[in-house]
Amino acid sequence: MAPSIGTSVPRVDGPAKVCGSARYVDDLVLPGMLHGATVRSDVPRGRLLGVDLDPAFDWTGITVVTADDVPVNAVPLIESDQPVLARDEIRHAYEPVALLACEDRLRLAQALRHVTLRVEPLPPVLTIDDALAAREAIRGADNVIKRYRITKGRGGAAVEGCEVVVRGVYETGWQEHVYIEPNGMIGWWDGDTARVEGSLQCPYYVQKGIKGVFGLPDDGVDVTQAVTGGGFGGKEEYPTLVALHALLLAKKSGRPVKLVYGRQEDVEASTKRHPSRVEIASGCDRDGTLRAVSIRVLFDGGAYVTLTPVVLSRGALHACGAYRWEDVTVEAVAVATNTPPNGAFRGFGAPQTIWAIERHLDRVARTLGTDPVALKRKNLLRLGDTTATGQTLKESVGVEECVEKAMAASGYVEKRERGPVVTGRTARGVGAAIFLHGAGFTGSGEKYLKGKVAVDLLPGGRARVRTGSTDIGQGTETVFRQIAADGLGIGVENVDFAVPSTANVPDSGPTVASRTVMVVGSIVDAAAKELRARLEAEEKARGATRSAAWERLAADPARATSLVQYEPPPGVVWDDATYSGDAYPAYGWACDVAEVEVDLDTFETKVTGFWAAVDVGRVINPTLCAGQVEGGTLQAIGWALTEKLVTKDGKILNPRMTNYIVPTSLDAPPFTTTLVEAAYSRGPGGAKGVGELPMDGGAPAVAAAIEHATGLVLDRVPMLPEDLFEASVKGGAR
Amino acid sequence: MSMETNITLTVNGSVVTLEAPPAARLLDVLRERLGLTGTKEGCGEGECGACTVLLDGVPVNACLVAFGQCDGREVTTVEGLGSTAHLTPLQEAMVTEGGAQCGICTPGMLLSAEALLREEPRPTEPQIREAIAGNICRCTGYQRIVNAVNEAARRREARS
Repeated sequence: MAPSIGTSVPRVDGPAKVCGSARYVDDLVLPGMLHGATVRSDVPRGRLLGVDLDPAFDWTGITVVTADDVPVNAVPLIESDQPVLARDEIRHAYEPVALLACEDRLRLAQALRHVTLRVEPLPPVLTIDDALAAREAIRGADNVIKRYRITKGRGGAAVEGCEVVVRGVYETGWQEHVYIEPNGMIGWWDGDTARVEGSLQCPYYVQKGIKGVFGLPDDGVDVTQAVTGGGFGGKEEYPTLVALHALLLAKKSGRPVKLVYGRQEDVEASTKRHPSRVEIASGCDRDGTLRAVSIRVLFDGGAYVTLTPVVLSRGALHACGAYRWEDVTVEAVAVATNTPPNGAFRGFGAPQTIWAIERHLDRVARTLGTDPVALKRKNLLRLGDTTATGQTLKESVGVEECVEKAMAASGYVEKRERGPVVTGRTARGVGAAIFLHGAGFTGSGEKYLKGKVAVDLLPGGRARVRTGSTDIGQGTETVFRQIAADGLGIGVENVDFAVPSTANVPDSGPTVASRTVMVVGSIVDAAAKELRARLEAEEKARGATRSAAWERLAADPARATSLVQYEPPPGVVWDDATYSGDAYPAYGWACDVAEVEVDLDTFETKVTGFWAAVDVGRVINPTLCAGQVEGGTLQAIGWALTEKLVTKDGKILNPRMTNYIVPTSLDAPPFTTTLVEAAYSRGPGGAKGVGELPMDGGAPAVAAAIEHATGLVLDRVPMLPEDLFEASVKGGAR
Repeated sequence: MSMETNITLTVNGSVVTLEAPPAARLLDVLRERLGLTGTKEGCGEGECGACTVLLDGVPVNACLVAFGQCDGREVTTVEGLGSTAHLTPLQEAMVTEGGAQCGICTPGMLLSAEALLREEPRPTEPQIREAIAGNICRCTGYQRIVNAVNEAARRREARS
């Protein structure tokens, strides 16, 4: 049997998706189903005095749920600070306060307009600086959610003794996921058993939330993933809240309830990428050898903790970039504000700090009068080097090859040497970014997660993978089939993938953190290989053919299934107290080159070409893998050039696709993607994670290209035409 | 609520007569009255293109078309292309080239591309990008969708 790994097996869920028969949550209808809606606050901070239902309105057939109906009013996550429905306190402008359900959607919409919230407004904390000033305390006395400190060698103080010292401040704004399918869930009760089906990344996160709020045991909750129309992290923690709301309405009404957000509600209320400010001081020799760096990372966590501590951790751990530094201090602080809680978004804190360090090294290169890529190449981490946390890189460092391939494919060196090309009122330039992304959970995360996978032998020579890792478009269903098929030595067409439902699949850990292929895929591989060994033993013991052995094992419940739990690699040591050690078992590496055209009259930027070379360890499925790189890169280009969430007094002014602008096919450049394979010994076939990595490089590569084209230096994303104009007014324009 | 009216239209080749309010969105009539849930709602204001269908062969956003405008007209939805057992070359190329990831934009994307290929059997890359510019995809970066439409054009030509 020819191996399936390394071939572009067409995605298995493809035919249903191109025929319109794939069933997403909004396509599902249950008998007697009601539609649900959420009543939200409209001030960013205040005391909730009451929820009033208009007595003149006919409330017949309308179910109303408030905080009084919630058994345990706290969403269990890292902290349990977020209420399911607000009771006394309003902490952001889209805080859910009450829920309504009705069979008729028109009446539901009318009823929403007849609920009034009595709120006494309080002065809100809306920015990182407001929070740090702590004139209003909304979390503890200092508004701080979490702090980390990473030190290496003599620490950041060593910067001052260096030959060349460069300082800079780099900022990023919110980013909305804009998965094309908004959040949605159907909840119903089957006796005392809570059931939900919907759009989600992590069925066991939702299960945990329901267990905690309703006080149910594991087998009292069944969470099933419907076909999911994109996630990008936005459906990591948020769907728990939607599921809880649907179940509260279902409990009170005694009917199934579908709760599907409209686009505007989704943009307003759901999580977003954390806004950031990163302050860097670095020291190097005159020849460009980097020596010391001192970095302060500030993230805006929003109104509740959600996943902010881990997002901040990943941000801090990526803050030094793909480079060698002898002396390091990274201080990272996340603060609370009265804005909708920020949360998981592809890259998870790393895009913000990679943006900062890449822009900073471009600044160092400018100071030294050298090309940024030449400076960066000179200082790249190599095998045997140690990172800021003291991790020694022992294998799978393909960054040099990525740089070489991206340079060659894009013609970067020649284009830079030739200088910017100005034709009429258009300037063309190229820029690059070099970066890394830790695959899998940070530090000790995987040890605590204990992800599990089951592979079953089925009659008829078929096998089935059961996992809580979901396919949200990235191709889990297909690549897991490939890994299992190769492990068992059968064709990929003989492997099934069970619908992820907590009643039926083991907890593989969440579908996040670029861990699905590398971590969960490795246990799919182990389970398949274990079954293969059983088959071989059975053949030998009974002198039977493979197919006879297969059918015997498949018919024996005690032997048909292999359930494997992930064991973190030996020798991976992490100390949470000192924040040192092996931050990630392996890193993906990449080099991006962007070419842009800037209109010198309107300051519009168009990305005209993009070359990415990405070390993914081993490519499981080239088409799907390149699709991850290109799609992630375009999200980064959107973040860089058009995606600006505008707020005023804590409210979002552009919560629609009409005015929050994501790239179309005409905004997207042609992509040239090169996949590099520096194998990781513990990944399936050598594979590492790829999902998040491409989000890290697009923005700094585009900023460097704008700088090359125009001489304009931008240190904040997004870089809108008005930002380029402003920079040109301040000087530096051609 | 407005009065209901009888409207006769052709949907995926079949003539249907439905009583519905003329101001109802074509999107809701297709999904809820005809069970054609392949047409998706992504924004409800004509920005994302997920609900694209062909109205007399022209791509439109079904969330912006009033059902009353459809009398005597012909609507094609994704269900009117091929079936999972018999994919059209365009559907097949969308799968093999990696043009579909999460799949929620795919039905609308296919109909915009189908309209293009009917007009222009061998489109250039700029023509393809222009034709799908009203269909937002957040997953792929579009390169593989463009490749799929190119490949579909090649396969359609080879078949004819």
